[in-house]
Amino acid sequence: MERPIKRDFKRPTHINDYPVGPQYEAGFLAETNASWRTFRPVIDLDKCINCLICYMVCPDGTIMKREGKVAVDYDYCKGCGVCAHECPKDAIAMIKEEL
Amino acid sequence: MKTNKIFISGDEAAAHGVRLSRPHVIAAYPITPQTITVERLSEMVESGELDADYMHVESEHSALSAAMGASSVGARTFTATSSQGLLYMVEAMHYASGGRYPIVMMNANRSVALPWSIYGDQRDSLSQLDSGWIQVYVEDAQEALDMMIQAYKIAEHAKVLTPMMVNLDGFILTHTYEMVEIPDQDMVDKFLPPFETPNKMSFENPKNMAFSSQPDDNTEFKYQQNKAMFDAIEVIENTEKEFGEQFGRNYHGMVEEYMCDDAEAVLVTLGSITGTVRVVAEQLRARGLKVGILKIRYMRPFPEKEIMELSHKIKAIGVIDKDISFGYEGTVFTNVNSALAKSNATIFKKNFIGGLGGRDITKAEIEKMYKDLLAGISTNGQKTVEFFNLKVETND
Repeated sequence: MERPIKRDFKRPTHINDYPVGPQYEAGFLAETNASWRTFRPVIDLDKCINCLICYMVCPDGTIMKREGKVAVDYDYCKGCGVCAHECPKDAIAMIKEEL
Repeated sequence: MKTNKIFISGDEAAAHGVRLSRPHVIAAYPITPQTITVERLSEMVESGELDADYMHVESEHSALSAAMGASSVGARTFTATSSQGLLYMVEAMHYASGGRYPIVMMNANRSVALPWSIYGDQRDSLSQLDSGWIQVYVEDAQEALDMMIQAYKIAEHAKVLTPMMVNLDGFILTHTYEMVEIPDQDMVDKFLPPFETPNKMSFENPKNMAFSSQPDDNTEFKYQQNKAMFDAIEVIENTEKEFGEQFGRNYHGMVEEYMCDDAEAVLVTLGSITGTVRVVAEQLRARGLKVGILKIRYMRPFPEKEIMELSHKIKAIGVIDKDISFGYEGTVFTNVNSALAKSNATIFKKNFIGGLGGRDITKAEIEKMYKDLLAGISTNGQKTVEFFNLKVETND
């Protein structure tokens, strides 16, 4: 359930700031990737029973637990709606993104 | 120093050098004329003489890919190939150098098809100078064994972390038997420390490995690789010096100059042909001709400094290439000539193309090369590239 979240990445200013070859600390997410989302899943925590089926079916691994509650990492959710479709309690609504 | 000499082939000498370096993983696919090396290593693993995992893979591409995987968990790795096998590895070769996996590979120099030929020339490895691997070429079986040990020390050095290819001329070295000194294991252990890498995949310190890069970062990674290759020059020289002190054999680093001090005409050699050229040069010296040899050991990094310095002392230089880059000249010559251009050397230059597909290069031919060079000193015009020992007339 623990997933890495986007962190601030300080761009190298000296060649020595680069790692030796393309290898770096795992799970260091430096860029977001959700710009094409048109609907966002919103979880109604009153209806949510913590069954975590949404976590199981999310193709991008963006469902996580934050302070004991199920949450979505909107930095990476692409808005596919699989979680909303599979939720047994209809606790996830797909809300149109406002530009 | 006590000696422990045995009568073995170049392939077997290479296998002993690898055994003494204690690799954890060997992944290889057999190909003539490399086969004996990997057969001996598999026997050593089977008998327990060498404590390593021997991976039977289905191709050379898999062999090098498996070696990379093993290297990424901190294993010392070895692979070996030749000719078509090397070319089949090419995609993985760039991966290995870009990923900074210090794999050591033996390459038995052999011609590339077509026409199909199992015999030796150096067109396989010379076509891969841009793949980011350190390339060394050896002259005899002893040097092959010794360079396997040195190769791990050079490739794994923190400032280098670059894979290294040790090249042996197919058949001339791989299948010829010589007396070879086998160093003691404890001497090698003292010389070669265990492999440490900052790029180790582990549960304790998980890493994202071999990732992609955007245009914003790619050039910097390539700059870094290039810098590491230049830094390797000092590491090569220091490793060579330390090896010489501990084992009593010295190969002189990036190049070996032989009888160059007052030489007028110098032949540049790569690999086993050096031995034959030594014999001819000695004979010509006995007759009063001022000739010498520049044995290039490393093609990458390239011994530019040594060639530039030599160019001011001599009057003519010839490069023997067991290679031709069609439509231009031999690749060794191109590299040498670039260094000559930077030193503003106006000496007589000639590129001798031959020994292709295993054709012998004879003492008489080498003598003629030296005479061409000596005769060329007083001329201005020159035909730079010449295929020697063509057995037919041409329209040129």
